Amino acid sequence: MANNYDVLFIGSGPGGYVGAIRAAQLGLKVGVIERQYVGGICPNWGCIPAKALLRSAEIFHYIEHAKDYGLVAEKTGVDIAGVVKRSRGIAAQMSNGVGFLLKKNKVDVIWGQATLTAPGKVSVASSAEPAPKGALAAGDYTAKNIVIATGARPRALPGIEPDKKLIWTYFEALAPASVPKSLLIMGSGAIGVEFASFYKAMGSDVTIVELLPQILPVEDEEIAAHARKRFEKQGIKILTGAKVSKVVKGADNVTATVETADGKVQTLTADRLISAVGVVGNIENLGLEALGVKTDRGCVVIDGLCRTNVPGLWAIGDVAGPPMLAHKAEHEGVIAAEAIAGGHAHPMDKLMVPGCTYCMPQVASVGLTEKRAKEAGYEIKVGRFPFIGNGKAVALGESEGLVKTIFDAKTGQLLGAHLVGAEVTEMIQGFVLAMNLETTEEELINAVFPHPTVSETMHESVLAAYGRAIHM
Amino acid sequence: MSVEILMPALSPTMEKGNLAKWLKKEGDKVAPGDVIAEIETDKATMEVEAIDEGTLAKILVPEGTADVPVNQLIAVLATEGEDVKAVAAGSGAAPAKAEAAAEVPKAAEPATATPDVAPAPVAASGGYDHGNGKTPGGRVFASPLARRLAKEKGVELADVKGSGPHGRVVAADIAGATPGAAKPAAAAAAVPAPAARAPAPAPAPAPAAAAPSNAAVLELAKAYYEPGTYEEIPLDGMRRVIAQRMTEARQTVPTFYLTVDCDVDALLKLREELNKSAPEKDGKPGYKLSVNDFVIKAYALAFQQVPDANMVWGGDRYLKLKHSDIGVAVAIDGGKGLLTPIIRKAETKTLSAISNETRDLAIRARNKKLAPNEYQGGSSAISNLGMFGIKDFTAIINPPHATILAVGASEQRAVVKKGELAVATVMTVTISCDHRVMDGAMGAQLIGAFKRIIEKPMSMLV
Repeated sequence: MANNYDVLFIGSGPGGYVGAIRAAQLGLKVGVIERQYVGGICPNWGCIPAKALLRSAEIFHYIEHAKDYGLVAEKTGVDIAGVVKRSRGIAAQMSNGVGFLLKKNKVDVIWGQATLTAPGKVSVASSAEPAPKGALAAGDYTAKNIVIATGARPRALPGIEPDKKLIWTYFEALAPASVPKSLLIMGSGAIGVEFASFYKAMGSDVTIVELLPQILPVEDEEIAAHARKRFEKQGIKILTGAKVSKVVKGADNVTATVETADGKVQTLTADRLISAVGVVGNIENLGLEALGVKTDRGCVVIDGLCRTNVPGLWAIGDVAGPPMLAHKAEHEGVIAAEAIAGGHAHPMDKLMVPGCTYCMPQVASVGLTEKRAKEAGYEIKVGRFPFIGNGKAVALGESEGLVKTIFDAKTGQLLGAHLVGAEVTEMIQGFVLAMNLETTEEELINAVFPHPTVSETMHESVLAAYGRAIHM
Repeated sequence: MSVEILMPALSPTMEKGNLAKWLKKEGDKVAPGDVIAEIETDKATMEVEAIDEGTLAKILVPEGTADVPVNQLIAVLATEGEDVKAVAAGSGAAPAKAEAAAEVPKAAEPATATPDVAPAPVAASGGYDHGNGKTPGGRVFASPLARRLAKEKGVELADVKGSGPHGRVVAADIAGATPGAAKPAAAAAAVPAPAARAPAPAPAPAPAAAAPSNAAVLELAKAYYEPGTYEEIPLDGMRRVIAQRMTEARQTVPTFYLTVDCDVDALLKLREELNKSAPEKDGKPGYKLSVNDFVIKAYALAFQQVPDANMVWGGDRYLKLKHSDIGVAVAIDGGKGLLTPIIRKAETKTLSAISNETRDLAIRARNKKLAPNEYQGGSSAISNLGMFGIKDFTAIINPPHATILAVGASEQRAVVKKGELAVATVMTVTISCDHRVMDGAMGAQLIGAFKRIIEKPMSMLV
């Protein structure tokens, strides 16, 4: 029974490969079915190459502002081919790394397109993409447990379907042949604003159109407003409460009709349009309907331990619903693996899933926003601390930023933390740990934060919530 | 085990006060009843009495400190056989609400002095013991939030089974724990002397803390059942309110129960006669009295006979009501919900008026057509499960009511009358009383009055 596994993961993205490695660690016989990219979107066409691009943008930004630091930089410029080449190289390196880790953990990689034919049975059709070395060929496989980890793909709006040339998704935006002179971005979620920051730094004239009244719609209002002010100061144009109702394609540009909430209609012409209006789960062509797998709004319905309504069938990551974030997928992969192995799996608490956006300035958050905390009926204490009061931030030349903390006034429980500014994506984890450990304000106040670090703003924000910030 | 002395609340609404004066010094022996400190607020000065015997090991908040939050650790008492120095040293490591202490420069001193005495045995063996979490056997692992919730609720951490990693007690575990373990809660260690009957600061039942754990509660529950073998039914608004209010009542109202058997043969006979002689109205009897109508009337009259029991809870005072406004629990949606419409001034109404009004209110309650003023407020409530054959039961008080009457079925039982076995129709009723509002004797008077009236039902007609 060479083709029989304890568990098969369909999809080798952050959910699938991490879950597979964890299952292998627990002594299970594990296989991963992949049709296109080992490691999935994240290392190949998502988080990692995007961060590589943004790093180039950040460094170029510093070079452009060399004078602020008493430095001289002349004849500066962007070699977009070089920027993309670096990004693609890093993507390849990370993808290879995933392949190596799977091999090291004796996880079989099965190459092709998977379809569930019956509970515990998968038929794998060969894929047009070249198989990596050592991958098993298409065929029929069986497993005691099957985990759907097929991820998600960009959502396409009717009439504004991406065409790879003028209307881009993140795929094209991650590997441009040239920098468009002007760029229209539909959607101001993480993907939208990250590309806005990147292309603005690369010299594009960038306009963001957001349907909702605030950019970064899942973030705290105040943090989003702060980020918006900074974007606009950089010259990014932002239209909120605005809808792209029509797009007409020209020879080498697009003209979009944009309706704003006040009823005004305007047309905007740009070289390229990036459609960043969210992603939808890859639930099609898997044979889910025939097995009666429950889905809801394009995602597989699961419980806290990642079980679907069909015994032996599990789902994790983007395909199992929001928040569609790599680290949430990884975590669910581990939960599923541990539940399958019969170990002690802890259920997912989505409130504890942090979010990081690598625009400039960065945005990071965990837990409830101020609005949601109030809606949930909490009586809250809110602490705010601006970067201007932090010596390290000022020394870095990053004196704009804000750390906001939200506590339950009754119990001192940390309900949420929301940060905008330099390095906040690396700092949020402090608050994530605090929330997971159920700290109250007392432990955070009593903790010693190292000086001089930007992280001192976290401490001060907590102090501020209790009316005792020092540097404010 | 050492005893923590916390800043007492002089009233349920007090949040902080001034520590005016220490009447005992560190090292002084203390006996229960000794006045150890004086606390003042803008309204009053009160004495703090010791509850336990021991030696005042450490004063953590010096006298003259203003705005000390309620429940802050102000001193530690070493009990008999304990090393006073060790207790004093250990107390410094306790989380003496350092943020509050630090607001007052003087108060911060004891905390900063800790390292000097750190080698003392207690500090060395468990430097991070947090008072509440400490047991003779060692340390209880609990999250900071769980510790705080336990303290507020008066739950001994050592008695709580932890569901976190390695048995760590987490906030969700406290939500399900019952206060009042073997030892009195730390918060009760120091009670202001004249306020022996004043409650400890009524801890709000932290629905806020319980709220985020809903998802966790659900996932844990679901982990026990195969998907597909159950259906998930979200709470509707009414169920949510019932759950919240009943949980709050159960957790915050110190309730005692009094049960009496009522002989209702005379009542049943009177009822039959009255119903037979009901005047016709539109071709139908003008009224059809139920046993419950008599119960409502008798309960209303009982409150008039024992007016001091006709009170509701108002935090730092009572509201003594003039009329007997009696709520009648009505099951709606086939038992999926509950409303308690109120018969106002029931003591002034005739049985037939009560009967007709109850019927009208019940019908409209079932159709969810009641106006809020028809089910809000009231003196007390009646829950009657007699029609379901329930013999006797206890009901949960619906705050701010101080009482609720649980009425069982009227059934024939063997009773002893004048030394002889006899058959009587007996109805068992149990009254739940809020001990904050009344004591046992008052509750007994009330239920006694009810029994007298129900057993001599003619008195209801005059």
